[in-house]
Amino acid sequence: MSDNSLNNLPGGFKGMSQDMGSDQTAFKGVQWGKVMMWIFLLSDTFIFSCFLISYMKGRTSTVVDWPNTSEVFSLHVNGVAVPLLLIAIMTFVLITSSGTMALAVKYGYEKNRKMCGWLILATAIGGLTFVGMQAFEWSKLIHEGVRPWENPFGAKQFGSFFFMITGFHGTHVSIGVIFLFIYSRKVFRGDFDKGKRGFFTSMKSDYVAIEILGLYWHFVDLVWVFIFAFFYLW
Amino acid sequence: MDEIENKETVASTHKIGIYLWIWGLLFVLSFFSYMVDWFQFQGLLRWTLILIFMFLKAGLIMAFFMHLFWERYALVNVLLWPMTAIACFIGLMAAEAKYTVFTRLLYFFIGG
Repeated sequence: MSDNSLNNLPGGFKGMSQDMGSDQTAFKGVQWGKVMMWIFLLSDTFIFSCFLISYMKGRTSTVVDWPNTSEVFSLHVNGVAVPLLLIAIMTFVLITSSGTMALAVKYGYEKNRKMCGWLILATAIGGLTFVGMQAFEWSKLIHEGVRPWENPFGAKQFGSFFFMITGFHGTHVSIGVIFLFIYSRKVFRGDFDKGKRGFFTSMKSDYVAIEILGLYWHFVDLVWVFIFAFFYLW
Repeated sequence: MDEIENKETVASTHKIGIYLWIWGLLFVLSFFSYMVDWFQFQGLLRWTLILIFMFLKAGLIMAFFMHLFWERYALVNVLLWPMTAIACFIGLMAAEAKYTVFTRLLYFFIGG
């Protein structure tokens, strides 16, 4: 959104108190859909936090040894067990897709339709790869006997926390991938250049939608940063 | 400076270099956090390194990929202050977990 008047407003905390007390829109220069996405992501943060906090509580309060994650999640390459190999690859794939998304937002605002479309498509393929590798990881662990109620490696709570947390994150990735494919089609079709009205909201399409989609996608990457640190590395 | 000039034309267009830099940093930080497990650091060192790399990655993603660095404080503060509630909740549940494991050890193994 181009708004020259924003530059004349004071910044920092002074600007914040003026914005909030202006008896007008509080979030100046921010499109309403973007604010709504941020509020949604904030609520989603609370949900994921509750999952991770209950995991912390379950793990610290059990008297049985927790499974060694670097052994449980190791992959055998030429007969040698490499710890956390798949998880590391998944992390790099997700960061790559986050990078392509950030560039897609940039090219979207510059009205570079082709670049934006290809980058969103690349992001979607990255996300799809991630979900595929997660499906592989799940089936590997299920094959080894990990269940929400038991597992052969240690504390029984491990399985339920693993499937709940990574499953909820994987659901977010899958929904994101669906939206990425839809939006790459919309970009290639030129909806955002022509201001075509969307079939659901009947509002004019604008490239700010790509930034909103990007916020969601970066959030999915952000949550993975915390899951990677707390679930896999702890 | 550059940002302000860009803002006058289109609000959220920044130089491509900044995105590539952040992207590269995220790769390096992820590699480092993987190395923490690779070298099997344990104890306080492991926790310190994991948390440092985690917060750096999260901060870079939020500040630059999600553009919070360029947003006005009204939005930034509305988003970040609720996190203190989560921090309090973590503290409460960490204390609760310690108590639970204490009572379990007491009653399961020593016998109340």
